[in-house]
Formats: sequence, structure tokens, C-alpha cells
Amino acid sequence: MIFLKSSISTRWFWAPSAAPSSAAVSLPDSCEEELLIRPLHSGDIYASFQFRTLWDTDFLHQGKKVSHYRLFPKSLGQVLSKFSVRELHISFTQGYWRTMQWGQPIVPSPPGAELWVWFHNTVADVDGNWKELTNVLSGIFCASLNFIDSTNTVQPSASFKPLGLGNATDHRFLRYATLPREIVCTENLTPWKKLLPCGSKAGLAVLMKSEKLFHSSFHSQAVHIRPVCKDWQCSSTAWELRQTLNVVFDLYTSGQGKKEWSLFKMFSRTLTEACPLASSSKVYVDVTDNPEGELFDLSPATSVLNTAVVLGDRRTYSVYDLTQKETFGQLRSLNLVLRWKGESDMLRPLLHAERYVAGFGLQTGEIHTLIYNNHPYRAFPVLLLDSVPWYLRLYIHTLTVTSKTRENKPSYIHYQPSKDRLRPHLLEMLVQLPPHSVTEVTVQFERALLKWTEYTPDPNHGFYVGSSVISALVPSVVAMDTNNTQERPLFSSFFPTKEESSYFVRVYTEPLLVNLPTPDFSMPYNVICLTCTVVAVGYGSFYNLLTRTFQVEEPSQPLAKRLANVIRRIRGVPLL
Amino acid sequence: MGLLSDPNRRKALTSLLTRLNTPICVVCYLAGIAWFMGLAFEPFTLRTYMSENAMGSTMVEERFPAGERALATAREFAAHKRKVGGMPVEWLVKTMQARGLEVFTQSFTRTLPFPDENKERYMVRGTNIYGILRAPRAPRTEALVLSAPCSPDNSNNQAVGLLLGLAQYFRSQIYWAKDIIFLVNEHDLIGMQAWLEGYHHTNITGMDYTPLQGRAGSIQAALSLELSSDVITSLDLVLEGLNGQLPNLDLANLFHAFCQKIGVLCTIQGKLQRGDWDTAEGYTHAVQTMMLMVLKQASGRPWGDHGLFLRYHIEAASVRGINSFRQYKTDATTIGRLLEGMFRKLNNLLERLHQSYFFYLMPSLTHFVSIGYYMPAFGLLATILLLRALDLWVQLGTPAQVTEDGAGEVEPVSINNQGVLSVLTPVVISHLTGVALYTLPVLSQETAVEHFPVSETEAVVLTAIAIYTAGLALPHNTHRFISGEGTEQGWRVLKLVALLYLAVLLGCTALINFSLGFILAITLVPAAACVTPHMPKALTALAMVLLSPGCTLLYCVFIFQELQEAPVTLPEGWMLFLSVISQGILDHSLYGSLVYPLLALLIYPCWLLLWNILFWK
Repeated sequence: MIFLKSSISTRWFWAPSAAPSSAAVSLPDSCEEELLIRPLHSGDIYASFQFRTLWDTDFLHQGKKVSHYRLFPKSLGQVLSKFSVRELHISFTQGYWRTMQWGQPIVPSPPGAELWVWFHNTVADVDGNWKELTNVLSGIFCASLNFIDSTNTVQPSASFKPLGLGNATDHRFLRYATLPREIVCTENLTPWKKLLPCGSKAGLAVLMKSEKLFHSSFHSQAVHIRPVCKDWQCSSTAWELRQTLNVVFDLYTSGQGKKEWSLFKMFSRTLTEACPLASSSKVYVDVTDNPEGELFDLSPATSVLNTAVVLGDRRTYSVYDLTQKETFGQLRSLNLVLRWKGESDMLRPLLHAERYVAGFGLQTGEIHTLIYNNHPYRAFPVLLLDSVPWYLRLYIHTLTVTSKTRENKPSYIHYQPSKDRLRPHLLEMLVQLPPHSVTEVTVQFERALLKWTEYTPDPNHGFYVGSSVISALVPSVVAMDTNNTQERPLFSSFFPTKEESSYFVRVYTEPLLVNLPTPDFSMPYNVICLTCTVVAVGYGSFYNLLTRTFQVEEPSQPLAKRLANVIRRIRGVPLL
Repeated sequence: MGLLSDPNRRKALTSLLTRLNTPICVVCYLAGIAWFMGLAFEPFTLRTYMSENAMGSTMVEERFPAGERALATAREFAAHKRKVGGMPVEWLVKTMQARGLEVFTQSFTRTLPFPDENKERYMVRGTNIYGILRAPRAPRTEALVLSAPCSPDNSNNQAVGLLLGLAQYFRSQIYWAKDIIFLVNEHDLIGMQAWLEGYHHTNITGMDYTPLQGRAGSIQAALSLELSSDVITSLDLVLEGLNGQLPNLDLANLFHAFCQKIGVLCTIQGKLQRGDWDTAEGYTHAVQTMMLMVLKQASGRPWGDHGLFLRYHIEAASVRGINSFRQYKTDATTIGRLLEGMFRKLNNLLERLHQSYFFYLMPSLTHFVSIGYYMPAFGLLATILLLRALDLWVQLGTPAQVTEDGAGEVEPVSINNQGVLSVLTPVVISHLTGVALYTLPVLSQETAVEHFPVSETEAVVLTAIAIYTAGLALPHNTHRFISGEGTEQGWRVLKLVALLYLAVLLGCTALINFSLGFILAITLVPAAACVTPHMPKALTALAMVLLSPGCTLLYCVFIFQELQEAPVTLPEGWMLFLSVISQGILDHSLYGSLVYPLLALLIYPCWLLLWNILFWK
């Protein structure tokens, strides 16, 4: 941290007026920051921050130790080298992304915490590394990632491919876990902010005040680390650290029901400068639906427009470059204001999904997953990944997949049964979704009885089942940009695109809350007492009655008679 | 238990129990009744207290301001309802959407087995509308429900208005941790049943409904609101649900706590609490309140829209606004604040309501009788059956005792050959009569309507009564067809079987639904205890009929009316009795209430066995 601060101050001293781009070229590392603001049709507003730090080092290939850190956070760099991590994705989310109202998010994430890591294929003890890594990350992010163990870790065979360089396919080196119950709050935001090159002192990060970020409908923060190419020939590689933070502000609770948004209203701050360490610092406002300004007013107006192909759609953005002085105008601060004028129709997202538990009672149940394909004429395949804890015993023979009331046979099924107290169920399927259809996946389960020490402190709250993950290549309306190295806004380059006709989408369903049969923990003493009494008194005596035969005993002889008999025996006379 | 191991002492004990059997039974019966009546006496009951920590210590502030606006919405709703002539679906969808909810509809159809004359419906077709308030930063795992039925007549408009007003107010608050579902259900319980079955994707009752589009995870608690006037004098809490299930007592405590805090008069069973428990009037009042609860619970039917939630392990209650001639009135803003407070506390819940009692009776809102206190009353009655059974067992074993000492080992041999058959035949025949009583009324309604000038409903009820009465004539001396002359020992064995059967039946019933078990025990236990073939036939037969389950139902109808302070004359009571039977059959087929099958398939055959003993030859 001390090192980081001094680096900021030196930059301010010796290169106050240098153009950021030239500075980035001359120095080995670079960082960029950007904020995307997208007004949503529901009247809510979506703000997505992305910070990218590139680290020019290649320690994995040469096996040498790296001890010099400039922009890249040392804590994460050490983690990467110590645990031979090839790719690391971690997200903390509070809330559920409402695909039907908000469309697709830029960076999808499930409620709670999600962690998936590709290890380098030289690692011998992947499970050991994974265990240690989760504990270290738990400390770095102040989160309960240490609760990740073998009972909630799976190795998906197809759903999670590396997003960076390399084409690893051996899923033995992949670990995936979610903690749907994880609650995300300021204690997770602070360490996340500390990883930024400028901290929360300058640049876009000054907007991140937790009292506002957590006064929202949706909050998600993530860290993605992967190796990337530095140029289009891929002659050299670099580590990319991408930090994203997504927030949706609610029209009614944050916006007082008025369709008028400004940076100040959202974050209670305005922008005054770029992060001095950043080579690029931009604010994008999505104005695709507003080409003539009939839907909303945007002030201050900007003439700089940028088009990018995002999620199968060509979109137009107003760009505010924070490295330019004129962006801030006379007041030396930038406060974007969006005023709605008209109503707009909602676009149905092409792919969305929901999940619920059917049935009642505490013995059995059924998990239903509904996957909607809203494309009018194209069918496309999706990969469904379900990881269900062992205490829900899935009856896999009851698995049915139906689309349009007809059975839809999955072309690929990978199922790993659970082992009690050791590992969860893993179910992966490749399902073809017919155009304009709902595909329903159902599977029945039985609730297991836990041992009494295995219940959580609040057993009557229920037990969580993590979100299912649906990964798909959705047919694109416009040609996707397949050149992954060219200058593009950060938000459009998260998932690498390999072909022009489709784009990659990942959709998460809601987690499930399932009640298990729960004993009444408040009266173990009563139960013990009662049981012991019943066993001792009732059972014991009845058992006694049933197993013994009773015979009437001769009444014992009086003493005189016994004495007489003794004498008689001695005399050899018959007894009395 | 050395007492039983020692043959001499065992003999002494059994002889004591045999010798004093009748007096002990009489004492037990009187003690059982007295115990039950004592339950309502305030010093014997416990004060209610909030067990759930999450709802007890946390304070919430109620700020709902918009009661007047809610009433204006109610008037608008009423106008639209009149215009459309039913549920104004479009208007409701639009209004809910304007309040920022995710709105979904569900349509359903249900054909009743026979027309319901009380509510005048046969082919039911309707729509449920519900809006989901998504809690900020919540992952859609937990929800609360506020529902208001949309009734065809002009009542309950204010409930819908207040529901919409609360939705608007709740939407602008940031503190929700659970999604809130605002549900307007049509055709009261049928709509609710359709919605709940749709939500949980089950189909128990053969309802035809469209699947639900939006869900919000597992429902933690539900409140159903019934409000038919702009101002009210008191709020009534309704707890009794399907099959006598009750919500967790904490829900009642929560309601009572907020009524106290906000200063609204609150009642249970429509009865205000009195302060003077030590006077005769005060005690009678408490007994009346408790008896009403017992009768309602015993009926096994849902007494409000909340009743169906309980099957799904969702704690639910109905809150009913009552406008009487009292001076002091409460306005809609206050009711809104009360509901706001209750929802905010429910929102604070970390676990499902489970801390407090699920089995209780309430002589008033501040006092309750827990299962540990009321069960002895039933236990005393059930003891009579066991004592009589023991007595019979000893009597049956007496001849065997001459040869061997153990009480019962040899004596099954003596009844083996003819005995089993002579017992089995009446058992089978009376159960077949029970099956006929269960199935025929609904199946044969068309035939009955063709041949007699009655409506379908009357046909069903009268067929049920006819089969019930016919059963009295049928199984006499059935044993004779198979085993010849009935023996003295034969009826004893049969009575022993009937006594134990009844004891098991009533015991199981009382565990699930105490009230039903107790009420049945009150009449059936004396009948079962006393009946022998050696009694004056006519007189005993009359007594037996008077103590039969059907007559118990008739008395309950009269007592219920009496307790509700709406006494009826004999013909009115008879009509009411008929409608209660039809409602019972309907409740079974519409919502899965178990009282009708229990009575028809188990209790009635059991009583027929006793009847059979009376006419044993």
C-alpha cells in the first residue's frame, strides 16, 4: 500500500502534463477505467464500472519469482504465483439480476459469491491448492469463502471454459463453487477498492460511496484475472486484472419515482478528474434508443459518439473522456443528468431462465428450471449446469426435459452423483432450445435427514441451493467483432468472441431456499428425559413381562420346619 | 413396574380395575369434561408472549399515510368492477404496474361436484392477479403474501383498495428483505387454492389452472385482508385453517401486539376480551370464545382465505374488519399502519415462524391453552375406552384362568375358530357401508335428480342421510350368516375390537385436530362404554342414535349458532345441518378437507360396530 501511494505521488510530480497514452507505452504496466451508464426501460438506471490493469510479466512460463509490483496489486500477484493460478474469477453479488426487466447484464453473476479458478496444468495437488486459495481469498476479500469445501465444489466439464489465453480443456484443473448465502456489504467493498491503482482517491472510484452503492436494487462486484495477448499477433502476453462493479438504482426507492437521474443523485458525488495512473478514463452513456433525443435529455451534451457491438446488438454511446480538461467544463466537475421525456417499450431478452421448487411437505420435492428462448425463428443450444448439495437426493431417473409439451432429449449429459457429506450432485446438459419456446427441466428429489450437528445455527431458515448456470451462444442480429485485441470499450470485450454470427451469454437462475426436516432444537433435554423414561419404565417392564414365564413359588417354609428337615436329613428319615 | 411382574399384585390390580370399572369410568368422563371446561378459566391458562426474537425486541415505526387515497382507489375499483361485471382484470394489472410491481395473472376453472347453493356456484371460472414487489438486493428466495379476495358482490372493495395503497407505499421503501406478493384472488377459496397449487406446481384437487409466470421463492407468512367498510370498529383475527391446522401462535401475538400499540380494538371469534375473569359472566364469555374456536377447528374447513396456506407450511391468518354500532371508529390509515407494522416485523424474520406453539386453543387474544394443558381432557376420555377394553379382556380370559395363571395367553385359542369370522364380518360390512356413504352421494346425484323432485345439492345431502340411516338397519346379526348363533363371547370380542379401534381412531384424530377428536369422544365414548346386547332395546337404540356422529354434528350446528348469538329454530337448524353436510362434502373435494372421509370411512363404521353389538343375538 505504501508503495502504491508513493507511486501515485511520483507520477504527479514528474509527469503532470504528459499525455496518458504515451506514458502507458513507456511503462510496462497500464490501467484503464470506465463507467457505463445505461438507462433501463423500467425507469431504473444501470451503472457498470470496469477497471483493467495489465501486468507485463510472464512468471508462469519462466518460473521466476516476481517481486516488483507497480500497478498490479501485490496481494493478488502473490496469490497467482503461489497457487499456480491460470485464471481466477470471483464475484460478490447482492440481489438478483432481473433479466426480464433489465435485459442482459454486461458481466453476469449469481446472487452470493461465486468463484471459479483454472489452475496451471503443472499443479499436482489441485484440491489442496484450491483449499488454500479459498482461504487466502477469504482473507483478502473479507468474505466467507473459507466455507468452500468439497461439498460445494464441482468440476464442470463444459460450462466454464477459460476466458483468457490458452485452450485448456482438461477440467481436472478447474474448480467451481458458489456460496448463495453470502451477504455482500461494505466490508467486501473496501478491500475490493483497495485493489484499484488509485484506490478510491481519484478517478471514477470516487463515486463508490458505499451508502449509495448499497441503496440500490442490485449490487455486484467482481475480480477477473486472466492471461491476455498484448497485441494482435500475440507475440507477448500479460496478466489482465479486470475489476467490475455493477449497480442498478431503483426508480422508486432511489429516484423518488421521478425519471430523472444524475451522477450526483446516484452516487452523491460528481466527477472532477481522471485517475492519474490510468491511460484511459471514460464515461459511456448508452443512447442507442435515443438517437434524436426524444426519449431523454442528456446534459452536458457531447459530440463524441462511439458504437460498439455488445451482446448481439449494435449500440451507440456518448463518450466523456475524463482525461480531457474540457469535459469538466467551467465548473470543473462533471455531473451527467438524464431526464426522461417519453415512455419506451420493453425489449424481451432472447434468453432467460427461472427456477423454483415444486411440491409441499418435508419429504420430497421437485426442482423445475424453465429456460425461455424468445428468438422468433432460431433454435440454439444451451449448456445447463446444476450443482445441488448432497442433502437433496436427486432422483436422476425422474429427469425430464420438455419443450413445447414434447420431450427434448439433451444431446450431452454429464452427471456426477453426490456422495453424502463429501460432494454435491453435478448435472450438466446440452439442450437445444426450439425457437420461441419454454424448455422445462424437472428432477425430483428427496430431503435427507441431517445429523444434528450438521444443521446451521438457523435451521428453520432453510438451506440454499445455488443458482443453475446457463451458458449459450445466442444467434446475433449483427455481426460480432472477432478481433479481440483492437481498441474497444472494456465492457464490450469481456467475453472473447470467436465467431461473427453468435455471442456468448451466461444466465443465472435464482437460488433456491429449501426447508429440510428439522428437529425442535429447543427441547433436547425434554426429549432425552422423555425417551429415557419411556425406555426405562415402559419398554423395560413390557419386555420383562413378555420374555419371562411366571410360576407361583412355594411359600417359604417356616424356620422350625426347616430345622426339623435338617435334623431329619441327618437322621436319614424322609423329609417333611 | 414390579407391580405387573408379580402375579399376585397383578391379579389384585386387575380385580380392582374390574370391580371399580364403572365408577372409575364415570369419574374419568366427568373429570375429562370438567378439565375441558376449566381450560377457559383464566388462572389456569397462560398469557401469550412473543417467542420469536426477531419480532419481539425490534421496534418498527409505522408511517403509512395514505388511507384516504386507498379508499379512493377502492371506490375506483368498485366502479370498474361494476362496469366489467366481475373482476376488473385489466384495470388491476394496469394499476399494479403503475405502482411499480411485477404483475402476473392466472386464470382457472373448476367444476364443482355438485352446485354449491350457499355461494351459488357450479362452474367456476376466474382470474387471480398478483403483483410482486421485488425486495432490493434480495435473491428472490423468500416472500410474504398479502391477499384480498375480490368477491362478486359489493363487499371487500376496501380491502383491495388498501392492498393497492400499501403496495404503493411499500414500493418506495428500501428496507424490504423479502419479496412481497400482493394477491387479489377471485372466488375466494377456490381462487386461492388455484393460486397456491399453481405457485407450488401441485395438483391435489383436480383444479384446472394456467401455470404461474412469476414466483418469489418460499413464502414465509401470509395475511389475508377482509374489509368491507371505510371505517371499522374492530379487527377480528381468524386462525382456523384447513383440517383444523393453526398458524404459529406468534402470528396471533404479532397481531395483538400491534393492535395494542396502535390502539385498535381486536377480537377473536368476534368476541372482545373481558377484564372480569373472576365473575360468572367473564368465565362464560371465555368458555364461549374457546368453544367457538373448538367448533370451528373441529369443522376442518378453512374459515378464511388464509386457511389453505397452512398445508404448504406457510403461517397465515385472516384479518377481518368489523363495523358495528360502537362509537369509536378506526380509519383506513390506521389499519394500513397496523398492516405495515406487521409486515415490517415479518420482514425482520430470520427463520420461519417456529418458536411458538402450533397447537393451542384461545379463550381470549391474551391467553392461550397449550397442547400440554388440553390433552389431559382428551386423555381422560380415552382412558375410559382402555379401561372398558381391559375389563372385557379380563372377562374373556376368566375361564382360561382356571387352568393357567397368565391372563391372556390361551384365550385367543377359544375365540379362534368362529370368533374371528364373527368379528370380521361386521367389521367388513360396516366399512363397506362407510365406503358407500363416502362415494355414493356424489356418484348417484344424477339418478336421484331424475327420480325425485330435488336439486343436485339436496340430492347429495339426502342420499348421504339415507345411506347413513340405511346403515342402521343393515348390519344386524351379520355374523349369523357365517357363524350361526352369536355367542356371549362373540359380542364381547366384537366390543373389545370396537373399543380398541375407537381408541386408536380418536387418539390419532386428537393428535392432529384436538377439537374434532374431543367432540367425537364426548358422544362416542359413553356409547362405546355402555353398549351391551342385554339392555332394553328401544331405549338404548334411541340413546345410541342420539350419540351417533350424525347427531353430534346436528348438536354442533345448534351450539355453534347459540354461541354466535344467532340462535335458530328447529327447522332452520335442520336446513343449516343439511347445508353443513353439503359444505363438508364440497370442502373435501375442493380443498382436500379430511373431516368428511374420516367420518364416513372410519368413525361411522366404528359406531356401526357398536350398533351391531346392541342387536347381537
